Amino acid sequence: MGKNKKQLLLGNEAVARGLYEAGVELVSSYPGTPSTEITESAAKYDDIYCEWAPNEKVAAEVAFGACVGGARAFCGMKHVGLNVAADPLYTASYTGVNAGFVIGVADDPGMHSSQNEQDSRHHAIASKIAMLEPADSQECRDFTKLAFELSEQFDTPVLLRLTTRIAHSRSLVEVGEREKRELKDFPKNPDKYVMMPAMAQKRHIVVEERMLALRDWAESADINRVEMNDGAVIGVIAAGDCYQYAREALGDGANYLKLGMVNPLPIKLIKDFADKCEKVYVIEELDDIIETHCKANGISVIGKEIFSRLGEFSQATVRKSILESEKEYLSVDAEIPGRPPVLCAGCPHRGVFYTLKKLHCNVSGDIGCYTLGALAPLKSIDVSTCMGASVTSLHGMNKVRGDEFASKSVAVIGDSTFAHSGITGIIDIAYNKGISTVIVLDNSITGMTGHQQNPTTGYTIKGDPTAAVDLTALCKACGINRVRVFDPYDLSAAEKAIKEELAVNEPSVLISRRPCALLKQVKHNPPLKVDEEKCTGCTSCMKIGCPAISMKGEGKGRKAVIDFTQCVGCGVCSQMCKFGAICEGSGK
Amino acid sequence: MDKTCKVVDTFDIMIVGVGGQGTLLASRLLGEVMMSMDYDVKVSEVHGMSQRGGSVVTYVRAGEKVASPIIEKGEADLILAFEKLEAARWLPYLKPNGKLIINTQEIDPMPVITGAAKYPGNIIDDIKAAGANVITVDALPLAVEAGTAKATNVVLIGVMAKAMGIPKEIWLNAVKDTVPQKFLEMNLKAFELGYAQ
Repeated sequence: MGKNKKQLLLGNEAVARGLYEAGVELVSSYPGTPSTEITESAAKYDDIYCEWAPNEKVAAEVAFGACVGGARAFCGMKHVGLNVAADPLYTASYTGVNAGFVIGVADDPGMHSSQNEQDSRHHAIASKIAMLEPADSQECRDFTKLAFELSEQFDTPVLLRLTTRIAHSRSLVEVGEREKRELKDFPKNPDKYVMMPAMAQKRHIVVEERMLALRDWAESADINRVEMNDGAVIGVIAAGDCYQYAREALGDGANYLKLGMVNPLPIKLIKDFADKCEKVYVIEELDDIIETHCKANGISVIGKEIFSRLGEFSQATVRKSILESEKEYLSVDAEIPGRPPVLCAGCPHRGVFYTLKKLHCNVSGDIGCYTLGALAPLKSIDVSTCMGASVTSLHGMNKVRGDEFASKSVAVIGDSTFAHSGITGIIDIAYNKGISTVIVLDNSITGMTGHQQNPTTGYTIKGDPTAAVDLTALCKACGINRVRVFDPYDLSAAEKAIKEELAVNEPSVLISRRPCALLKQVKHNPPLKVDEEKCTGCTSCMKIGCPAISMKGEGKGRKAVIDFTQCVGCGVCSQMCKFGAICEGSGK
Repeated sequence: MDKTCKVVDTFDIMIVGVGGQGTLLASRLLGEVMMSMDYDVKVSEVHGMSQRGGSVVTYVRAGEKVASPIIEKGEADLILAFEKLEAARWLPYLKPNGKLIINTQEIDPMPVITGAAKYPGNIIDDIKAAGANVITVDALPLAVEAGTAKATNVVLIGVMAKAMGIPKEIWLNAVKDTVPQKFLEMNLKAFELGYAQ
């Protein structure tokens, strides 16, 4: 592809392109939808050292260390990941940087793949760090480069905020060459980089001055752009995807103040813009950050009076709220059943959840594909909040509810989530004389975010073999004496292992080990098929909630049918059938 | 493609289906086709949890200048549905005079599998009765004929290519650029089988 030809890049790929062109030397991240592809794409550039860190706090500290070490560095994460990384973030704000340091954070309005809908602009304000927000893939590339310039010019980390629709949309990007950058000298400057009270008190003064300087910059920055249209009387203030929705709905019928920097926000620029419009709308998803800023500075705007704090917006949202109009559309009268996401056919987690339901266990769940075990028909998770909380929350429940409860209760946590923040929970259980039973669902990959390697898989982000965490040895070293492994495709082995570990009056870790069925190296058996003669239509096989099995036909002719396009021949359903009706197929 | 009427005129396509059916590849390929015709293009994808067997949708928009990456109710010029229940679900997004291509494959969603809901009986008739301009195709047997059930998405791209009236060469080039060399022959055959419908 010629270098001047535009490329159709995901917002995340464009950020990675920006990292490459900005001369970034190190990227350390933990995967999280919708941010994952930034780091996956960056890893395709040989000039950038990239790694998957065990969690976002580690990633942010590694990147911070690299920036202090004299090279431009980046870490990327989803909105809830920034909570994990908040500790280094808030103090890196005080130390400032040596070479540029940028943190990419992707919010998920509408919660396409998240457990909450928090607005990461609050973190920018609270940590007193500048935040840029691009509105398409070209800006993703451009703002990434600008973020590094600002980081070095103002001696500050810079946050780059994306939302799902920017991160996961492709649009055209004009690319450039990589900047050659020299490694900066390693600073011997404890007053700036050692944050003890006496030093930090002085640095806080610098931080406050820096915010004022950044606000001055925002007043006249090119990325905060005013677009006045002939005859237009209303004004719109928006950033990111909301600017695009407003443009789509209102076209040249409105004036726009398109903000590229969402922290700190300009004052004079907004006042001047508002003075030229009869009515000003602030269009922002999630919280009322821009609106509150305007109102605090005496600028009259309309915002959350007509726009929701919930969910994702679109051009229809803007049309409905401002123009009070809707497009005509067709629809059918028939009831359309929902189609929630499900555990895939052949998913190794299925056998574990089926067994937990059968044993009437209380289940403390975690974050990953296996959270889907909460949905019908498996319906076997009682609580799930954040990464690692399955282990620690179970310990808390068992402490207050006692041994009887503990003998019926387990935590389930994936291999990647366990490395992220499950290990400290295991230490807590062993140290504080807990008796909890924890099941590590080890499918040899980070699944939900699309197959990323992690410290337990034995491969780096580049696919090179490396040291793998030995889960059994690790748990034993933490003080757990009972650690055992079972194959979740073998239902009787799973049941035996879980029952026995629940029965003992000491903590145990069970490792349910079987790779994700979607992994390329996993060989599948031919699809199974149902022997219609033997099938009685009893629906036992339906209890495992496999998307490849359905019941077809009416009355006595109603039999189970296996979809050959989905079945991977895992054999869990045939263990459910008392009549031997599910047998090996010939494949197709 | 008509692009004369308003200030910002676009051609808007939605590809809908069930996670795992290969809708992402179809939208990427369509995006490449539109880009090679010198349009401004935006493609919006779905990643993460919804990909696990849930209802998925991708948006492809092309025109002189595209602002929003997504398509709303009553806006799509064309919807390519990989599964017929999904065609019904996303029908409201079609322009009343738009075109709806439906793969007649039936994939039961979990509420139907568990017995909590029923798969509607004559859903394609219902869609036609609602006034939609419908093209139906049974793409799965054609994909199997081409060599693998996995090529269903490419058969459907072939059907869409025919319906859009963009020169076939441009599509073939995009297939060659998007599909791994190992599977190219099979996918070209799948495309042709779809195009011939």
